[in-house]
Amino acid sequence: MRSIDGAVLDLKRLDLLATGDSIIHRLDARAKVVTTLFFIVMVVSYKRYALAELTPFLFFPVITLALSNLPISYILKKIAAILPIAIFVGLFNPLFDREIHAVLGPISISGGWISLVSIMGRSALTVGSAIILIATTGFISICHALNRLGIPRVFTVQLLFLYRYIFVLTEEAARTTRARELRACGKKGLGFSSFGPLIGHLLIRTWARAERIHMAMVVRGFSGEFHSRQINRFGRNDYLYVIGWSLVFIILRSKDITAILGAACTGLFS
Amino acid sequence: MSHHIVEVKNLQHVYADGTIALKDLSFTIHHGESVAIIGANGAGKSTLLLHLNGYLAPTVGEVRIGGFPLTQETLPEIRRTVGMVFQDPDDQLFMPTVYEDVAFGPCNLGLPEEEVRQRAGEALEKVGAGHLAQKPPYHLSGGEKKRVAIATVLSMSPDILVMDEPTNGLDPFSRRQLIGLLKDFHHTRIFTSHDLDMVIELCERTIVLHQGEVKADGPTIEIFNNAQLLAECRLEKPLSMQGCPVCR
Repeated sequence: MRSIDGAVLDLKRLDLLATGDSIIHRLDARAKVVTTLFFIVMVVSYKRYALAELTPFLFFPVITLALSNLPISYILKKIAAILPIAIFVGLFNPLFDREIHAVLGPISISGGWISLVSIMGRSALTVGSAIILIATTGFISICHALNRLGIPRVFTVQLLFLYRYIFVLTEEAARTTRARELRACGKKGLGFSSFGPLIGHLLIRTWARAERIHMAMVVRGFSGEFHSRQINRFGRNDYLYVIGWSLVFIILRSKDITAILGAACTGLFS
Repeated sequence: MSHHIVEVKNLQHVYADGTIALKDLSFTIHHGESVAIIGANGAGKSTLLLHLNGYLAPTVGEVRIGGFPLTQETLPEIRRTVGMVFQDPDDQLFMPTVYEDVAFGPCNLGLPEEEVRQRAGEALEKVGAGHLAQKPPYHLSGGEKKRVAIATVLSMSPDILVMDEPTNGLDPFSRRQLIGLLKDFHHTRIFTSHDLDMVIELCERTIVLHQGEVKADGPTIEIFNNAQLLAECRLEKPLSMQGCPVCR
């Protein structure tokens, strides 16, 4: 199962990137989480034909990416991986929405095409910013940040456990499917009917493991309350980061900067 | 009264499905002793270990740790006293980073942060894993995981160390490293293992379990010299006592 193994390795790589050091890495996780969430809300809040207005929002991922020393091609590949889903979401827009919205010389562009491209642009922006957030902060710090921002501990602890055991469980699943494939000798084996017991076994093993983990926790005095360290401090840079970007987003959202710049340019040349 | 004494009296355990795992076990382990519990698969070793920290309750009989019986009131203190290291370190390392895992126990004991940090640091240094503190457990090798798992227990300052198959799945170097580490401990130590060569090196006393009963209890060397007993219990002499396969 190259795909499962590969997916796990990929997650690990994203996690390792978060151990890097840059001005963005050093910011408090809460600052990055709040700013990214605000960015996503702003990008999503546009009407469906918005396209030109969205372009200035590219600044946020581009600047954070540039400041964080992340491998750009890797991040772009991650973003490209979700674009097919975005295309699928807007696939029928050009068919149903044929009202002409713009004319470029001989080509007239319908609203459907504009909304399709807008969906793709928004997906790239939001997913890109989320990936950059994870790659500069790390999943664990994000969970702690969410917790300190008031998300109930029950949820963040669940997320942390999920993240810890996703590696163990996917490895277990990969081993089982590999064993099945090897004995299927390149054929389909018993087809779908063999997957039922396989998934059943995995579930039972997962259950047994959950019990052993619980035992390990109880033995070390766990009584239902998680005590975690609060290490990071919200500093001047963090305030600047949150307030600075929020102001930029609000200005971009309230004024159509692209149109103003466009008007200024055409005014200049006419 | 010493905290380091383990007394098992007429212990019997029957699982919910009717399987009789332990039949009438009795033994006492004294302060500072290093004892191996060996036996075939299904002899009841793991079931016995789970009684030592109160995870399983006896169907009949009694387990006393440091003179105290295992009851709801004594359970928290007994769980601190008996440090248990599981066979699969992945079950034991569940926190996001090694440090948080080692600090998990002391935090639950309600210790102040400064002391938690000191204990976690000392425990990690003791097993030679200080440099791994900030790593997530899934980035560690098998040997590293095992040593960190031991540190998670050491940070609670246990008096009795219980380990299930400590050398299982380790490469020769990591195994040697672990044996060296365990030799240095002065706790009361209880191991279960199929690694009988490790048993010779670490334990002066051995308890042989067979079908839920104590078949023999005595000095390790005596037990390993009793060929008939070993054969009856589906065991054999450790390789180091078998002589050279080439010269033989």
